[in-house]
Amino acid sequence: MSEHHHKETFVTKYIFSQDHKMISKQFLVTGIFMGVIALFMSMLFRLQLAWPDKSFTIIEAFLGPHQTDGIMNPDIYLALVTIHGTIMVFFVLTAGLSGTFSNLLIPLQLGARDMASGFLNMVSYWLFFLSSIIMVISLFVEAGPASAGWTIYPPLSALPQAIPGSGTGMTLWLVSMAIFIASSLIGALNYIVTVLNLRTKGMKMTRMPLTIWAFFVTAMIGVVSFPVLLSAALLLIFDRSFGTSFYLSDIFISGEVLHYQGGSPVLFEHLFWFLGHPEVYIVLLPALGITSEIISTNARKPIFGYRAMVMSIIAIAFLSTIVWGHHMFISGMNPFLGSVFTFTTLLIAIPSAVKAFNYVTTLWKGNLQLNPAMLFSIGLVSTFVTGGLTGLVLGDSALDINIHDTYFVVAHFHLVMGVSAIFGMYAGIYHWFPKMYGRLMNKTLGYWHFWITIVCAYGVFWPMHFIGLAGLPRRYYTNTNFPMFDDIADINVVITIFAIVGGIAQIIFLANFFISIYRGEKASQNPWNSNTLEWTTPVEHIHGNWPGKLPEVHRWPYDYSKRINPNDDESDYLHGKDFVLQTTPLLEGEEPS
Amino acid sequence: MLALFYIFIGVAIGVSFWQITRILNLRESVANDNDNSKQGKYALLFMAFLYAMMIYCLIALNVIMLPESASIEGEHDDNLFNITFWLIGIVQFGMQFLIFYFTFKYRGNKHNKAKFYADSHKLEAIWTITPAVVLVVLIGYGLWQWNNVMDLSDEKDAIVIEVYSQQFRWDARYAGEDNMLGYGNVNFIKGINTMGVDMSDKNSQDDKQVTELYLPKGRKIHFKFRSQDVLHSAYMPHFRAQMNCVPGMVTEFGFTPKYTTEEMRMQSEVVDKTREINKIRKAKGEEETYEFDYLLLCNKICGASHYNMQMKITVVEQEEYDKWIAQQPTLSTVINQ
Repeated sequence: MSEHHHKETFVTKYIFSQDHKMISKQFLVTGIFMGVIALFMSMLFRLQLAWPDKSFTIIEAFLGPHQTDGIMNPDIYLALVTIHGTIMVFFVLTAGLSGTFSNLLIPLQLGARDMASGFLNMVSYWLFFLSSIIMVISLFVEAGPASAGWTIYPPLSALPQAIPGSGTGMTLWLVSMAIFIASSLIGALNYIVTVLNLRTKGMKMTRMPLTIWAFFVTAMIGVVSFPVLLSAALLLIFDRSFGTSFYLSDIFISGEVLHYQGGSPVLFEHLFWFLGHPEVYIVLLPALGITSEIISTNARKPIFGYRAMVMSIIAIAFLSTIVWGHHMFISGMNPFLGSVFTFTTLLIAIPSAVKAFNYVTTLWKGNLQLNPAMLFSIGLVSTFVTGGLTGLVLGDSALDINIHDTYFVVAHFHLVMGVSAIFGMYAGIYHWFPKMYGRLMNKTLGYWHFWITIVCAYGVFWPMHFIGLAGLPRRYYTNTNFPMFDDIADINVVITIFAIVGGIAQIIFLANFFISIYRGEKASQNPWNSNTLEWTTPVEHIHGNWPGKLPEVHRWPYDYSKRINPNDDESDYLHGKDFVLQTTPLLEGEEPS
Repeated sequence: MLALFYIFIGVAIGVSFWQITRILNLRESVANDNDNSKQGKYALLFMAFLYAMMIYCLIALNVIMLPESASIEGEHDDNLFNITFWLIGIVQFGMQFLIFYFTFKYRGNKHNKAKFYADSHKLEAIWTITPAVVLVVLIGYGLWQWNNVMDLSDEKDAIVIEVYSQQFRWDARYAGEDNMLGYGNVNFIKGINTMGVDMSDKNSQDDKQVTELYLPKGRKIHFKFRSQDVLHSAYMPHFRAQMNCVPGMVTEFGFTPKYTTEEMRMQSEVVDKTREINKIRKAKGEEETYEFDYLLLCNKICGASHYNMQMKITVVEQEEYDKWIAQQPTLSTVINQ
C-alpha cells in the first residue's frame, strides 16, 4: 500500500483522504463542532429551567421566531432537549469518540499500514459529515426541529398535529439518522475486519491493548444493534409518509379520528431500545478502553487483571443486548418481561464492578504521572462509579416505577455515560494529541479544564438526583404550575450556574486544542514513555505509518516497571527503565507477564 | 441569585482569558514531579469538596423528597429503596475515597517506583462474588415486590377506574354499580361523549365520568389507562404508582390508598415540606398558600403543554367516598338525555 508513493493533492490529502490518521482528525473536529452546538443548547434550556419567567437577550438572539420577548416557547424547549440528546449521544459520543480513536489507534496499535479498506473508511466519514449537515439544517426549518425527545416515540413523532417539530424537522431527523447509521455500520465493519486480519506479526489477540479490545467489541455491538434502529426509523417513515400503521392505532387528534389501525407504539419502543441500550455501551466502552490504557501508562504499572478486563468488556457487551426492556418497565408490556429484564440488567453490575475495582487497584502503589489525560481518566472512574451505582436503583423494576422519567434518571445517565464518556474522550485527546498533530497540548490549561469541569459536572448532576426523588418529571418546560415543586426552584438555579460555568470552561479546552495544533510544544516520539506500537512511528505522519518494515511484537502492552526479581519491589527494572516497548524481545529467562 | 450568576460568568470568562494568554507561553507539557505533587493535593481537595457536597445534599435536601408512601403496596418500595440506597451510599463513599486518596498518596516522583502487580485471582474472585451475592438479595426482593404490585388478577373487591389521557388533560371514568367499564374507542368520540364510550354497551350505562379522582382509603383501586392521541404516562408519585397510557391498548396498575388527604397533611414530613414551600411562596409574593394534595402528573413527553397536565386526587374515608360517588351522574343520564 505505502510502497509506491503517489503524489497527494490537497484534495486527496486533506478532504477526500483515505488515510486513517487524517480521517480520525476529521471525525474529531466534526465531533467537536457538533458538541459545541449541543452544549450551547443545554445552556439555553438550563437558563429556562432556572429562570422560567425571565427574559434573556441571548434567547432572543438565538431562538428568533421560537421565543416571545426573550422567553423561549414550550415547543422549542422540547426541541432543544431532543437535539441536545441526539447530537451528544450519536454525533459526539459515537462518531466523535469511536470514529476518532478507533480510526487512529486500530492500525497504529496493531501495527497495520492502514484500515482494511481506506475507501470505505473515507465513505464512512463523509456519510457522517452529510448526516451532521442535515441535522444542523433541521434546526432552521420553519416549524422547528424534531421535538419528540431523542427517543422519538410515536405517535408524538409521527403526527405533526401533535407537535410542530414532527413535521419537516422530524423528517430531516430521520434522514440524518439513517445516513448516520450507514456511516456507523461501514465504520464498524471496517474496524472488525482490520482487527481480525491486519494485526502485525506477534500481535496475538491476547496481546492487544485494552483500547483495541474495547473498540473491537464496540464495533460488534454496533453491527448487531444499529440495523435495528434503521428498521425502526424506516417503519416510522412509512407510518408518517405512506399511511402504514406499524406504530399507530386508534388515534383521535385535532377533532378527527385518524385511519391508523392495529399498530403499537410499544413495538417502536422495543425496536428503539434494542439499539438504544447497547448504544450506551457503544458510547462507554471506548471511553473505558482509552482509560485503561492511559491509567496504566501514567501509573507506570500494568493494568490490573488484563484478562478480567477483557472478559468484562465481552460480558458487558453481551448483556447489553438483552437488557433493553428496562427502559420499558411501565410501557404496558407484560410484567413478566419486566422481571426478566430486571434480572439481566442487574447482572451488568458484576462486570462493571470488576472494572471499577481493577482501575482502583491499578492506581494502588503506582507512580502516578498526573498529566491532564490521567486526571480525566481518574475522573472517569469517579463518575462511572457514581453514575453506575444509581443504576442499581433504576434497574430494579419495582423501584423504577416511581422514578422512571424523573430527574433521577437524567442524573444517572448523564454521569454514567455522558460525563464518563466525554471524560474518556478528553483523556484520549490529551493523550494522543501528539500522535495526531505532532505537538503537545498545554498542560496548565489542561489542569484548569479538568478541575473546573469535574467540579461543575458533580455540581450539576449530584443535586439532580434529589429533585428526581422529589418526583420532578424530566422534559417539563417549567415547574411553576406545580406548587409542590416550588421548593426545588433554588436547586435548579444552582444547577444552572454550575452548568453554565462548566460549559464556558470548555472554551479553555477549545483554545488549547486549536492553538496547540499550531503553537504547541513539539512532541518527542514517545512523550509518555508508553509501550504500545503507535509510539514507534515517526512523529511526522507518513502514509503507511512505519517507514520500513512493520514492527514485530514480542510481549503484551503493559510491561511497566517490570523488575529483575518479580517479588522484590526494591529490585532494579528488568530492562533498565520503567517501560518496555511491545517490540522489545524477551530477555533470556524472562517470564512473559 | 441572577446577579451572582452574572458575576460568576464574568469571573469565569475573565480567568479563562487571563490564563490562556499567560499559559500559552509556557512550553513544558509533560507533568513533572512538581505537577504531580500539586495535582495530587488538588485531588484531595476535590475529594473534600465532593464529600461536603454529597453530605450536604443528603441532609439539607431531605426535606424536598417525597413523603412516605401513601399506598400500602408502596411500603415495600420504600423499604427496598432504603436498603439499596444505604448500600450504594456506602460503596459510593468508599470508592470515591479510594480513587482520590490513591491519586494523592501515589502521586508520582522521580525517586519512586511503581509496584509491578498484574493479577490476583483471589482479589478478583472477591469482587466478582461479593457484588453477585448482594445482587441476589436486591433482585430477589425487587422481583417479589414487582410481582406484588403488578399482579392484579385476584382483586375481586377492587374499584375499577379508567384514567383517560389526551393532549393536555386527564379525565376519569368510574365503573359504577356493576364495577364493569363499558367499551371505549376513539370512534365513539362525539360531542359530550369525550372519552369515546360505546353507549350501546350495557356496562356503559352506569359509568360515571369525572375530572377529579376521589379514592376511598383502604380499598384496592384497579386503574385502567387509555390514551386518545399520543403516549402519556400517569404518574402518581405519592402512591409509588406509574403507568404509560398507550393509544390502541389498555394498560393497568393498582394500589390501595393508605392515608386520606387530610391524614397526609398532618404527617410530619408533609408538614415540614408544606411549611418550607409556603415560606418560599411568600418570599416570592405568591398570594395563594400551598396545601398538600395528591396529584396525577403526565410523565411521558406528549407535546407543548406536557409540563402542565395534572389531575387532583383526593383520598377520603369510605363513607365520604360513597356520598361523593352517589352524587355523580351516570353516563346514561348525561349523554342520552
